[in-house]
Amino acid sequence: MKRRDVLKAGAAGALMPGFAIGQQAKVIKFVPQADLALLDLVQTTGLVTRNHAMMVFDTLYGMDNQFQPQPQMVAGHQVSDDGKTWTLTLRDKLAFHDGTPVLARDAVASIERWAKVDVLGQLMRAQLDELSAPSDKALRFRFKKPFPLLPLALSKTSGMCPIMPVRLAATEPSVQVTEMVGSGPFRFVPGERVPGSRVVYQKFAGYVPREGAPAFTSGAKIAYVDRVEWHTIPDAATAAAALQSGEVDWWEQPIPDLIPVLRGHKDINVQVHDKAGSMAMIRFNQLNAPFDKPAVRRALLAGITQSDYMMAAMGEDKLRWRDNVGFFLPGTPYANDGGMASLTSARSLEKVKKDLAAAGYKGEKVVMLVPTDFAVLNAMSEVAGDYFKRVGINLDYQSLDWGTVLQRLASKQPIDKGGWNLFCNFVPGIITTSPPLHTYMRGVGAKGTFGWPESAKHEALLDAFFGAAALPEQQRLAREMQLQAFQDVPYIPTGLMLQPAAYRKSLSGMLDGSPLFHNIKKA
Amino acid sequence: MFAYILRRAGTTLPVMAMVAFFIFSLLYLAPGDPAAMIAGDQATPEDLARIRESLGLSRPFLAQFADWSWRVLHFDLGKSIFTGTPVTALIGQRMEATVSLLVMTLITAVLIAVPLGVIAAWKAGSLFDRAIMAFAVFGFSVPVFAVGYMLAWVFALQMQWLPVQGYVPLSEGAWPWLQRLLLPALTMSFGYVALIARITRTTMLEVLQQDYVRTARAKGLASRGVLFVHALKNASVPIVTVIGLGIAMLIGGAVVTESVFAIPGIGRLTVDAILRRDYPVIQGVVLMFSFVYMLINLLIDVSYTLLDPRIRY
Repeated sequence: MKRRDVLKAGAAGALMPGFAIGQQAKVIKFVPQADLALLDLVQTTGLVTRNHAMMVFDTLYGMDNQFQPQPQMVAGHQVSDDGKTWTLTLRDKLAFHDGTPVLARDAVASIERWAKVDVLGQLMRAQLDELSAPSDKALRFRFKKPFPLLPLALSKTSGMCPIMPVRLAATEPSVQVTEMVGSGPFRFVPGERVPGSRVVYQKFAGYVPREGAPAFTSGAKIAYVDRVEWHTIPDAATAAAALQSGEVDWWEQPIPDLIPVLRGHKDINVQVHDKAGSMAMIRFNQLNAPFDKPAVRRALLAGITQSDYMMAAMGEDKLRWRDNVGFFLPGTPYANDGGMASLTSARSLEKVKKDLAAAGYKGEKVVMLVPTDFAVLNAMSEVAGDYFKRVGINLDYQSLDWGTVLQRLASKQPIDKGGWNLFCNFVPGIITTSPPLHTYMRGVGAKGTFGWPESAKHEALLDAFFGAAALPEQQRLAREMQLQAFQDVPYIPTGLMLQPAAYRKSLSGMLDGSPLFHNIKKA
Repeated sequence: MFAYILRRAGTTLPVMAMVAFFIFSLLYLAPGDPAAMIAGDQATPEDLARIRESLGLSRPFLAQFADWSWRVLHFDLGKSIFTGTPVTALIGQRMEATVSLLVMTLITAVLIAVPLGVIAAWKAGSLFDRAIMAFAVFGFSVPVFAVGYMLAWVFALQMQWLPVQGYVPLSEGAWPWLQRLLLPALTMSFGYVALIARITRTTMLEVLQQDYVRTARAKGLASRGVLFVHALKNASVPIVTVIGLGIAMLIGGAVVTESVFAIPGIGRLTVDAILRRDYPVIQGVVLMFSFVYMLINLLIDVSYTLLDPRIRY
């Protein structure tokens, strides 16, 4: 072969138009919203880790499209007449990815580990007299008083209870479990992981799906593809280009600016599958003045226009957001109109100014933490910052990165010692579907999450909710809670964001909910 | 010469120790907390305290620094707080992509820039010379990411000749490896070409005024020989200096380019670690970078003796 022949061959290869780029059949290439940094769901509330956990781990109960718990790993359950003892029976042929069978003692150890950390798990644990595995198939829960919310607790998707072998579940929650052995439909492939860049999963051949139509995390979880690859692409324009060129199949969270481009592409679907979306909010720190006074927090409600926040964060397309949203996810059983006039009546900045003065606001400096590297929160913060200035708040708008914001949020100090007053945030809509899941409504003070609201009335209502078995009673209590929330104002709801996903039309069977890889077929 | 190299190598140790202390202190003083990053925005004080304790972050600064230094002296850079992977393994995993990118950029840039600079000097004042200088200004002015987007749009999306993103190791084939590197290397070399071409032109202009060049021409040597054999060799010391210093610039540029083209290299590792406050990774990578910089400087100094026999250490 001559030198010129080699050059010609190289040039011909380079100039060949539109060559196929590394696509294998039955492989889904997915671009997650961020890199999978932590593998252990018990250590973090991060959504990327949750999405990873949903592939690798199965749960005793799943959640359907109405956000109701349904048996998943359990064949069924029995409840004693007094409602205090639950006996759960595992399905046949359940197996972990290491080939060992799933036994009741694995589930018990997993629940114990999870319940030390999860908010609802802790509430459940406080009510438990006994959690045991009387046989390989049976789990027994004996509560101090009836606990009808057990299936809900074990079906949680945000802060889910992953079932793992007892040898791993015995790890202290403060220590990360890095060996990923679950019993879900996909197996984690540690050898192919490149932190910050790629995560690989393979279909678990030993998975025995339950019968029934798949819906969210319930029903039959059948993997139709052999392999799923997560590719972290930090740059949004590059992710869009990779999707357009067919190098990847699915982009979890396309940014609003690029959605029109993707919508116009003949091979790409842009659709909202996570109907629970994300509930946006302005969160107060109730330890520091002036927001230690409920009347000051309440005064601000009269000037909030949720659509302003939603348009800034999600664009003008109303399919991607909803306004006039209260504390519970719209369209779910506990959503109600209690106190909603605070957000839906005529808006008046003058009223806000008067109410602030009446509430005792005297121009104290207010520190607002703004993560400028978090596009959605940055956009909402700009709207909020403008609003606070217009109503006469003496605002110190601090532009930071998300890492610094998280650290500052943990500070309970006064603002002159690094403390804070407010920040914009969002939580997965799914945690707002039911009062026990709703951590941001809790009023447990210093033991709660950032902002540390204290509300004895909310906690009393929540306690009553735990004992209420019938839906009408639960709905009444949820309405009471919302009315109380508009008095206490643990945060100001600023709307529901519905994030669409973008994916190639070669994918079909995508389920509603967070990114789920079972049931998806690739042409 | 050997004594000089030993002496220079000896001076790198205290410098690296200072860099290590500086970086460790900076991270300790800088805002941010890996425990807060792990726990997320729904954490309780209990969650944070539990994670901080397990990571050893609540220990005094000097105790943490002493522990880390002791491990470094034993060639152990620690483990990533988030993934639990040893930092040396993380660096090793990313090294190939970054080195490939830098080498490809360096080759592309030198092969384009040096001839352009030489010819521009040869044709000083001509349209070609002005075009090269205009390109140099353009190359300096356009940000790396803008060049990257433009090239990706043209060659990947419109023409579909090359992939948009990612990296394939050389072990999986030379052509797939090259395919993934072409656009990022071209992107990174854009500003670098401008820099080298400009310096080459300036240095060559000076050398071309020398008597020995005039003599060579008078003796009837071909222009190509005069330019590339006689003049270029004598102009090479400043050019090599710029190329060497440019490598430092390229490492900085790799951060942006690796992000734009989703290349899992050291640059992205650094950015991710900084954003997450993954202290062991940041410290390990910075320490490695400082070592690489010192090594490059040493190599440049040594190369002078090869290029100019008058230089002796």
